[in-house]
Amino acid sequence: MPDVIEQQEYPPGQHPSLPPPSSYVGPVAWLRTNLFSSPLNILLTLLAIWLIWAIVPPLLDWAIFSATFVDGESRDVCVKDGACWTMIIARFWQFMYGFYPVDERWRVDLGLILFFAAVIALLIERTPGKKYIAIFLFGIYPFISYWLFVGGFLGLGLVETRLWGGLFLTIVLGSTGIIFSLPLGILLALGRRSELPVIRMLSTAFIEFTRAIPLITVLFMSSVMLPLFLPEGVTFDKLLRAMIGIALFGAAYMAEVVRGGLQAVPRGQYEGAMAVGLGYWQMTGLIVMPQALRIVIPGIVNTFIGLFKDTTLVIVIGLFELLNIVQASFRDANWAGLAKEGYAFVAFVFFLFCFSMSRYSLYLERKLNTGHRR
Amino acid sequence: MSNGVQAAQGRIPETSTAGDPMIQMIGVHKWFGQFHVLRNIDLTVHRGERIVICGPSGSGKSTLIRCINRLEEHQKGRIIVDGIELTNDLKHIEQVRREVGMVFQHFNLFPHLTVLDNLTLAPIWVRKMPKRDAEQAATQYLERVKIPEQAHKYPGQLSGGQQQRVAIARSLCMNPKMMLFDEPTSALDPEMIKEVLDVMIELAETGMTMIVVTHEMGFARTVADRVIFMDGGEIIEQNAPDAFFNNPKSDRTKLFLSQILHH
Repeated sequence: MPDVIEQQEYPPGQHPSLPPPSSYVGPVAWLRTNLFSSPLNILLTLLAIWLIWAIVPPLLDWAIFSATFVDGESRDVCVKDGACWTMIIARFWQFMYGFYPVDERWRVDLGLILFFAAVIALLIERTPGKKYIAIFLFGIYPFISYWLFVGGFLGLGLVETRLWGGLFLTIVLGSTGIIFSLPLGILLALGRRSELPVIRMLSTAFIEFTRAIPLITVLFMSSVMLPLFLPEGVTFDKLLRAMIGIALFGAAYMAEVVRGGLQAVPRGQYEGAMAVGLGYWQMTGLIVMPQALRIVIPGIVNTFIGLFKDTTLVIVIGLFELLNIVQASFRDANWAGLAKEGYAFVAFVFFLFCFSMSRYSLYLERKLNTGHRR
Repeated sequence: MSNGVQAAQGRIPETSTAGDPMIQMIGVHKWFGQFHVLRNIDLTVHRGERIVICGPSGSGKSTLIRCINRLEEHQKGRIIVDGIELTNDLKHIEQVRREVGMVFQHFNLFPHLTVLDNLTLAPIWVRKMPKRDAEQAATQYLERVKIPEQAHKYPGQLSGGQQQRVAIARSLCMNPKMMLFDEPTSALDPEMIKEVLDVMIELAETGMTMIVVTHEMGFARTVADRVIFMDGGEIIEQNAPDAFFNNPKSDRTKLFLSQILHH
């Protein structure tokens, strides 16, 4: 409550900066304004506390305190009434690599380590020589990874893609989808806004057609129908077809996200860029696209996360990515009835990946905020 | 159109005939859809000349200068800038834009780049200048507009007056042969107008060819060689500032001047 008695008089122009009244600062004030500001707010706070109390302790008890964490041959080793993580432990490496030959798994490790090292180096702001890392990642790495993962030449034995599986396959599908969908989406978005009618119509048609059908249909078509159209004898790896399907599907969504960003860039930015003499590609690459992409970072990451999770749909064409291989596992008689644990594990792994992407996007938004929106 | 107006239009004050033509607009028309926004514009601007264009809003004055660097396309007539005719030829358009600087009402600085990067971008990418030279030149121009200490800030952290001075410096970095100003002080708080006008006056003193769309009549009086009054898409009257302000020919000019000078 404002204290009238302590009100002091200052001559005009001499009023100093004073701290805010104590009722607006400190933890008690925070609690009062955020948790107990009104009867409804008090009710919601109590309800939330009750929900946390009702859910968290039993969950922790099931997942950790009463759970079994020992290795074993079947679920018979689980005698406690909590979760039985034995299946996850026993099958862990299969969940990671699928049926990739055990002696060759170092190739997957090396390939993925190279990939994540390059990606993380690019994502960290102060890495020196980013240009060379980008050239490596987009220009050289695809060949290295093909050599490592598939092989069949230069001293490495061939590992057919039907042996690929688990988290490895999920990462391959997810990252190729993510890496190809953004540049393709950018080109489609520019195409849809092009002044050339042919390019505009082709881009629009592709985007609208692809968005109008479910991914599951795209995957079925790529797996079942595409071979019908190809000349006899020409075969196309099933995994490659799935990768192309996912990337094109993601690109259509990405195009609309990017177009939203392009529309939010003020007309004056185009005029400013044109007036200093920049050509179309310079204007787009240096002025318009950096601003458009920054505006739609939440939408881009949203699409990335959706795409990453959609990789589970390759289940319908018989690829054993993480979810499918875990499901196959608890259908085994030895592990019957462990669906809960299996799904919890899959959910946890997906959460780790998606949540990291989400946090990075928040960091990026903060970093790129140059205070121009006042 | 009255005879008096036509006489005024045909007359070019003697002070401005020094130098060869920088811009020639011959019978230029422009439409926005059905709206006839520029009507038979004939205008010659000589090298080193300073021109102020004024007129009520919607009179086509902004559109006129935006045609000079082809931010707007004209549909009839000819526009020749520094010997290059503006047509649909992209090469010619980019050639003209390299030589013609423009300052906008809302600055149009690039918010994702620092002040220094705003200034060096075009020299590096359009003029292919080495980065170090471009930064050196940019620093000089920032000193000229009196804000060298802001080089590493982002536009969003500057006041309106500072942003407009950065915008002027950005244009100057391209070493343009002439400068267009589209209501450069209209979006500024009153206390910041002077700092921008001072920079423009200094620029005029260096002999830069300038066309300024503005309502700052004090600026027109001190700097302009010629004041042009536009209304309804036409050039109604043009004259040296003294004659223009003290002895306007047409009724529309008189009305306009009375409205902006005695409000």
